[in-house]
Amino acid sequence: MAEVSLKGLTKSFGDETALDNITMTVPDGSFVVLLGPTGAGKTTTLRMVSGLDTPDTGSVSIGGVDMAGQTPAQRDVTMVFQQYSLYPHLTVRQNLEFPLKSPILKTPPDEINRKVGEVAEVLQISHKLDNKATALSGGEMQRVSIGRALVRQPSVYLMDEPLSSLDAKLRSDLRVELKSIQANSGATLLYVTHDQIEAMTMATHVGVLDNGKLVQFGTPREIYENPVSVYAASRLGQPRVNILPADLFGPAPSAAQTIGLRPEHIVQGEGQDSLVTRVEHLGDQTRLHLVFKDHEITTVTHAHTELNGGDIVKIRPNNPYYFDATGARVA
Amino acid sequence: MSFSVTEPNKSTKWFAGLLVVTYAVVTIIPLLWIIATGFKSPADSISYPPVVVFEPTLEGYVNLFTDRTRATDDMLEAAGPPQTWYDEIARKRGTIISGPSRYGERFLNSVIIGFGSTFLCMVLGTAAAYAFSRFRVPLKDDLLFFILSTRMMPPIAVAIPIFLMFRNLGLNDTHLGMILLYTAVNLSLSVWLLKGFIDEIPIEYEEAALIDGYTRFQAFYKVVLPQAATGIASTAIFCLIFAWNEYAFAVLLTSGTAQTAPPFIPNIIGVNGKDWPAVAAGATIFLVPVMVFTVLLRKHLLRGITFGAVRK
Repeated sequence: MAEVSLKGLTKSFGDETALDNITMTVPDGSFVVLLGPTGAGKTTTLRMVSGLDTPDTGSVSIGGVDMAGQTPAQRDVTMVFQQYSLYPHLTVRQNLEFPLKSPILKTPPDEINRKVGEVAEVLQISHKLDNKATALSGGEMQRVSIGRALVRQPSVYLMDEPLSSLDAKLRSDLRVELKSIQANSGATLLYVTHDQIEAMTMATHVGVLDNGKLVQFGTPREIYENPVSVYAASRLGQPRVNILPADLFGPAPSAAQTIGLRPEHIVQGEGQDSLVTRVEHLGDQTRLHLVFKDHEITTVTHAHTELNGGDIVKIRPNNPYYFDATGARVA
Repeated sequence: MSFSVTEPNKSTKWFAGLLVVTYAVVTIIPLLWIIATGFKSPADSISYPPVVVFEPTLEGYVNLFTDRTRATDDMLEAAGPPQTWYDEIARKRGTIISGPSRYGERFLNSVIIGFGSTFLCMVLGTAAAYAFSRFRVPLKDDLLFFILSTRMMPPIAVAIPIFLMFRNLGLNDTHLGMILLYTAVNLSLSVWLLKGFIDEIPIEYEEAALIDGYTRFQAFYKVVLPQAATGIASTAIFCLIFAWNEYAFAVLLTSGTAQTAPPFIPNIIGVNGKDWPAVAAGATIFLVPVMVFTVLLRKHLLRGITFGAVRK
């Protein structure tokens, strides 16, 4: 277990800047989720930590030791890939043994057996140990892949969208499993996703990346409740935060260009009229699609609402966010 | 992969089957004919109309593997009764076996040179293909084109410079010379084929192995190589078939020590009149190693030939 510290990481591929001066500390024993759309630099950051790529400038240190010049094998990290996660020519057991048999670890055979057995037990794949890796379903493959990371006790676990190729049910099961494994082992985990539910449910800290820049780093709650920009606010929350002209509801702070409203920032039944265009019953809640002064707003209301399309509902902002012309938060 | 939606009807299947069987028969007949000729007597081998049913004899094989001298009755008398079954066959024709022929040696040369160059070609080819596939090589595209361009003319076009080079280097009529030559000729195609196969192996596997605590070479050896086995096997077959069948360079550059079977087989024709059964026997035996090699690796070969036809 160790702290991971990134200082001024910059990396370009040709003309593309993949990482732009990333500085971040992943505390020991934390579960850090890197959040951002495709191309934001999430995977590149993981690759810098793993040693598969080296930064143009800046440094990576793990457990206080500078990693410059260290090979991936020397860094004592493990990585779960999004796909192609298992060695297709090996059985499940051989896949799980593979890291333990490496020249760096050289684990004795009885210990290999014990560890593989334990991990197989946790991930419920004991009965599949002697199957060929390619004979597994997608969910089983990904479980084995996570298992291959767990058989070692590395300083840092790196996971690159490990659940993205799975169906919804399995994804939520594995989410719970991963979180409890991390919590029980006290492992440091750096996890890449663009799924905000994964970020909200598992992370102790979230790093929001935009175009190679780290725009905000904090607990999921901090980022949800106190986003630094339109971009950060848009990463979390469902339905998404509504971004509207700042003076739509009345006077706004002088620098403000836009107002950001999450559903909980919209008080219903008070204020000005808006038109309900669509009502979506999701079971536990209902989504309302409104039009207010020619602007569309999406919010939620209680599950058994009587509202229908064409109805009028009064709304009023309550503690909204204000952003300036560049998208930065001003209030 | 795509499949046609409608099942072909019965008559279409029959027609297709018939076509395939006919084609197979047409292509296999010459092969069967040469195998059969190896077991015919010299008279049967040239009879017209050709005989299909004949009394098999090993005379062709005996003639292939032995040198014989024509003997007078006195000499036959002096030699005493035949000691072995092949001695007996030779006596019937009024000859005495004077020793083994060169065919065994030549055949062994073919094996050494064919398999040796194939092995060397696979080692060098896989390494080069891996580098081209995975590393940032300066001028990669130009180099690859240059490598392929060496295959654009028939190799025999450079026969004379190669002959002179070999003479100066003392490589004429040596196993090493022939192995190097066949390796050089085969390497370009091998690099291209193997690069295609290695390109298809996702780089994530190696990266996973690097993180799992292995060095780049170990990752190559333990992860890439097993997955490239199919490609390597089918490329090896192509290389072996070329080296095995090669005739022109073998005639030009070998005459004794390192002579392979292809230039030797025609020699048989001239020794004691036109001995077609012996030639056929030589050709039949010559077929065996490539056939065995190909049959052993046939699954890979099929995949190798259809490679590139289906893109994911």
